[in-house]
Amino acid sequence: MTALLIRDIKLGIRAGGGALIGILFYLAIVAVTPFAMGPDLNLLARIGPAVLWTGALLASLLGLERLFQIDREDGALDLLVLNRHEIALSMAVFSKCLAHWITTGLPLVLVTPLLGLLLNMSVDAMFATALTLLIGTPAITFIGAVGAAVAVSLPRGGLLVSVLILPLVIPVLIFGVMASYGAVVDGAPFRAPILLLTALMLLFAVLGPLAAGYALRNVGD
Amino acid sequence: MQLIAENLACDRGDTRIFEGVSFALKSGEGMLVTGPNGAGKSSLLRVVAGFLPAAAGTVACDGNDIAQFSHYLGPQNGMKPALTVAENLEFWQNYFGIADFSIVAALERVGLSHVHHVPYSDLSTGQKRRIAIARLFLNHRPIWLLDEPTSGLDGHAEEVFAGIVSDHMKAGGIVVAATHLPIDVDGMKMLRFAERAL
Repeated sequence: MTALLIRDIKLGIRAGGGALIGILFYLAIVAVTPFAMGPDLNLLARIGPAVLWTGALLASLLGLERLFQIDREDGALDLLVLNRHEIALSMAVFSKCLAHWITTGLPLVLVTPLLGLLLNMSVDAMFATALTLLIGTPAITFIGAVGAAVAVSLPRGGLLVSVLILPLVIPVLIFGVMASYGAVVDGAPFRAPILLLTALMLLFAVLGPLAAGYALRNVGD
Repeated sequence: MQLIAENLACDRGDTRIFEGVSFALKSGEGMLVTGPNGAGKSSLLRVVAGFLPAAAGTVACDGNDIAQFSHYLGPQNGMKPALTVAENLEFWQNYFGIADFSIVAALERVGLSHVHHVPYSDLSTGQKRRIAIARLFLNHRPIWLLDEPTSGLDGHAEEVFAGIVSDHMKAGGIVVAATHLPIDVDGMKMLRFAERAL
């Protein structure tokens, strides 16, 4: 299991540039918003967490469809399925998700405070949003794994994966943005939404790999 | 240890690829599956390995799922081009559990001990195949399911491979190989798929 985690992190760093593409896309979304909104700095600061969350969400959907597709194309997926008695397929999926998040999701979290500057956000708001993304982006990856597993045999399944999983990530988005506001706006709740966000992440960390493992086991040809 | 397949059938979509395939292999026995392209050789292997559901019939090893006793060598090699040969093999060795053979020894067995630290993407087609064959040694699994194992290999490498298969059978292993090029190993059983009437 650790072997798979380490291999996928190595691959993510060496072979992809996946992290960089995600960051650039994230930057593009965040950078164009102020131009679209006009020069109202207070408005920007107010909608900042929502813009960051939307950007990070869309950026983390990029490349999700390749999560299992590469392994399928080079035959490695067959071997993961064959070895399911040694290491359950859902555990393999969990490792792959974790590696995928470390190489693509975590960089998004790390650049969030920088992008917050573009939106005239206060330091507290930037770090609160980064914190909620730290908890929320793994959930997106775990949900995404289900879509990626279902669409693994489709040659151009990218958009389908996004459409399949978007309804499921909406709650993550809602609680993530709510908690980010709660951290900086007086009277807005913080504890409840961040606990719910954490609960969602933990729930999907269990359900996602189980469902994706089941889908991969039955993918046939 | 006995691998028994009874009355296997396989469907692809609405088309029946084959049906009524039965065989039994004891420890130390091997079987070549031959036949023209599209006859169902690879599908048979995928059904035996459990990747495809059998439309009818059963396959088992002493009553258990055979996946846990098996190595599968498919048409693709299952290696990552961005990693070195050693990294690729180390990964599969760790992933498949208890190590049985060192990576250096496995590479020597396929005559490629010098490529240890070469990126997998830099190897030729035949060398890539030989690395994939080296993977079979890393962890002991008695049943080898081989799909066109010699594709891309030159004459000499084919001979070496025949020796590898024969050694595995002598050591009590079971080999099922689907191939259109005969592998020169004595005492292999034959399963011939006929040309399919369309």
